[in-house]
Amino acid sequence: MADLSIDFCGIKSPNPFWLASAPPTNTGEQIMRAFDAGWGGAVWKTLGDPIVNVTSRFGAVDLGTYKMMGLNNIELITDRPLEVNLREIREVKRRYPKHVIIASLMTETKEDWRVLIQKCEDAGADGLELNFGCPHGMCERGMGSSVGQEPKLLAEITAWTKEFAKTPVLVKLTPNTGDIVEAGLAAVAGGGDGISLINTVKSIVGVDLDRMVPLPRVGNASTNGGYCGPAVKPIALHLLAALAREEGIKIPISGIGGISNWRDAAEFIALGSTSVQVCTAVMHYGYRIVEDMIDGLSNFLDEKGMKSVNELRGKVVGNYQEWGDLDLGYKLIAKIDAEKCIGCQLCVTACHDGAHQCIFTGNEEKTRPPHAHAHGKATPPSPFPIGKIAGPRVPWVDEPECVGCNLCQLVCPVSGCITMQEVPGGPADTWNARVREGRNKVPGGIHD
Amino acid sequence: MALPQDRLENALADKKPTFSESEARAEAERCLYCADAPCIKACPTEIDIPTFIKKIASGNVRGSAKTIFDQNLLGYSCSRVCPVEELCVGDCVYTGWGRDPIPIGRLQRFATEKATAAGEKALFEPKARKDKKVALIGAGPASLACAGYLALEGVEAIIFEKRAVAGGLNTTGIAPYKLHAQDALHEVEWVQSFGVKIETGVEVGKDHLTGQKLLDAYDAVFIGVGLGEDTKLGVPGEDGPGVVGATAWIEEMKLHKKQGEKLGHVVVVGGGNTAIDVARECALLGAASVTMVYRRSAKEMSGYAHEMEGARVEGVQLVESAQPVGFVRSAQGALTAIRVARTEGGKNVAGTEYEIPCDLAAVAIGQSKLRALASEFPGVEVDARGCLKADPATGRTGNAKVFTGGDCVNGGKEVVNAVADGRNAARTLLAAWGF
Repeated sequence: MADLSIDFCGIKSPNPFWLASAPPTNTGEQIMRAFDAGWGGAVWKTLGDPIVNVTSRFGAVDLGTYKMMGLNNIELITDRPLEVNLREIREVKRRYPKHVIIASLMTETKEDWRVLIQKCEDAGADGLELNFGCPHGMCERGMGSSVGQEPKLLAEITAWTKEFAKTPVLVKLTPNTGDIVEAGLAAVAGGGDGISLINTVKSIVGVDLDRMVPLPRVGNASTNGGYCGPAVKPIALHLLAALAREEGIKIPISGIGGISNWRDAAEFIALGSTSVQVCTAVMHYGYRIVEDMIDGLSNFLDEKGMKSVNELRGKVVGNYQEWGDLDLGYKLIAKIDAEKCIGCQLCVTACHDGAHQCIFTGNEEKTRPPHAHAHGKATPPSPFPIGKIAGPRVPWVDEPECVGCNLCQLVCPVSGCITMQEVPGGPADTWNARVREGRNKVPGGIHD
Repeated sequence: MALPQDRLENALADKKPTFSESEARAEAERCLYCADAPCIKACPTEIDIPTFIKKIASGNVRGSAKTIFDQNLLGYSCSRVCPVEELCVGDCVYTGWGRDPIPIGRLQRFATEKATAAGEKALFEPKARKDKKVALIGAGPASLACAGYLALEGVEAIIFEKRAVAGGLNTTGIAPYKLHAQDALHEVEWVQSFGVKIETGVEVGKDHLTGQKLLDAYDAVFIGVGLGEDTKLGVPGEDGPGVVGATAWIEEMKLHKKQGEKLGHVVVVGGGNTAIDVARECALLGAASVTMVYRRSAKEMSGYAHEMEGARVEGVQLVESAQPVGFVRSAQGALTAIRVARTEGGKNVAGTEYEIPCDLAAVAIGQSKLRALASEFPGVEVDARGCLKADPATGRTGNAKVFTGGDCVNGGKEVVNAVADGRNAARTLLAAWGF
């Protein structure tokens, strides 16, 4: 079994799976149950001066029958007295010395930061996470994402905390910013030991069309909240990768954003995360999901011949390139497996309305659209495919016109029915090379 | 007409109850929304099934119902009585794939039932009355669909029905676990809400209402009379208590018999869907035993295999390759047994006769054709089977003013076929009149 333990800027964790600062880490009692279930660490629900919350607090986007594809919240930081939280941190660390407790913090003045840091470290926290990401409620008070969106302020406050902190300082970034690299570099400039990202995406989750109020509803009104869950994963992966490949950022990253299972976690780690943090999936299904995360990641690493999770870290970062460096000569075309096709013809409609008009049905020549690149009529394959299930309803691809976009494969409900096959393309070339060599003029431009 | 609730048929609950909203949405979400969908082609009324299903998924239930009713005004009863396994569901691409198909009938029931429930805002607003009127004969599905579509376009439509109750077989003949009479009547009332008038207890050709009178007083006539009396076996002992025609017995059970009536040993003669229905109903109503007698092999039955399977599950026994030769009665005239002979290739084999004891025998070997009505209308012809001749696409007969459709034309098919015929006749008339 592969070694899942990690070292996050000196913080040792039995595995990379941490609970994000959120309702699942509100109390010591919860966190101890989470550790029993297998979580390696927990970032305590953000500490500061206790707040008052509203009712209700959460809203969700369901996709079809899948509930909570996206979750939005307008809950604030801890509403419990600081001393109670500190007492519980001390108790958890006493009982679970090998598990990681990171104290998430949010406050205003330099003196407040000093006191808060000292108290948390005295209680036994292994590290600190600066909440510069919360996009609702706290940002209007000059905290949370209002700090994360101002690189100078972010660097300055980070530097304050570094004056006081004896344990590592993680800077938690907001995705609600124009350039994440600028924020990441500011965290480095302030002396941060690590970065956590992403915090939630500023959002309105929906509208109650009967009451004419945004969701989640608080009486006859609502406010913007923070969006998380599976829906935000692609955004998080991009922001993570943008930092991971930045030369000026060498500090470890704790990846957050829609991680629901070991595969999501593996993707974050491959794009540069050292640890991963989970919230929504636990709010949906409970702490128990970590069992499969550990088991699945471990099996995956074994399968790939990796002895440690550290071997996976950053493996994909080098293959994240800018568009201009992609190979223009590479070519794929779609192939439809007549034996597997069920005849739903979703690929036909998707290709004709949403892509490149090159999938047809019926055993006769088809007139290509007027804008086609290939000449003459599209001819069906010979022999004409007769499917085991779909009979003569199996569609066919006009291969000279196929641009290999993937859309047909994406809409096909049958796994393995449509595959994208490599075919000989042009010589290797890139847009950036064309620009360098003055070959980037494409006929039919604005001045032609 | 209000029906008493303690009717015997109400002892049998729906086999496929209406979906809850979450069930309907979950199933609707599974629909692949096929392009050029095979389910549409398998529906005799060509309902745009993927569209109505996606509207359920989006929460647009009224829109969903409208999509259904645009093609099939009796989409509610069809959702409950259609043999979907043989039609839309049978052709669902999931079926070919070996996956559970989309329960199209139940989704259609969900949308139509919800959108036409009491208290819901009217789905359709009939157009202003136009100067055309149509008489329809028989208040079954074919006429109801025809009259409903005409009325929505402002054409005056009046249906003459010889029974005391409207709805045709939907009211009098559908197995209760599929559709109860009060639900069929609810649909009839919904069609009446468009302005369709129904006069019950009036038989054209009798009661002083001749075909000629209709031709003189109306711009067109639609004949949707269905089929006639149950056919008799013509064997000794048939006339008398205990031997009943299948459709007559079903009608009695659905409309008149009271709950609490006990059934003894039942024999059903025939191999069609009506025979299977009677057998299944008797079994569900607690008959001591139910035996079907069919003169050929099970494979040759005209009844649907899935219906026969359902009947077997309820405990119905099938005697294949046997034919009644007579009924046995006690000295007092009570039925005690049916006498059958074994058959080969549908023909009796001499010396193989034996008796199957029974208290009730239901004969389900077909229904007579109502040929006499055709003679009321000059030009309307009858084919060799006794069915009215009509152009299948338009319902036109040999008389330019007379249209027809449903069982009286096709000899006895599904409700959905009758609806298609009635709708097509209405569309033909509306197009001819430029409405």
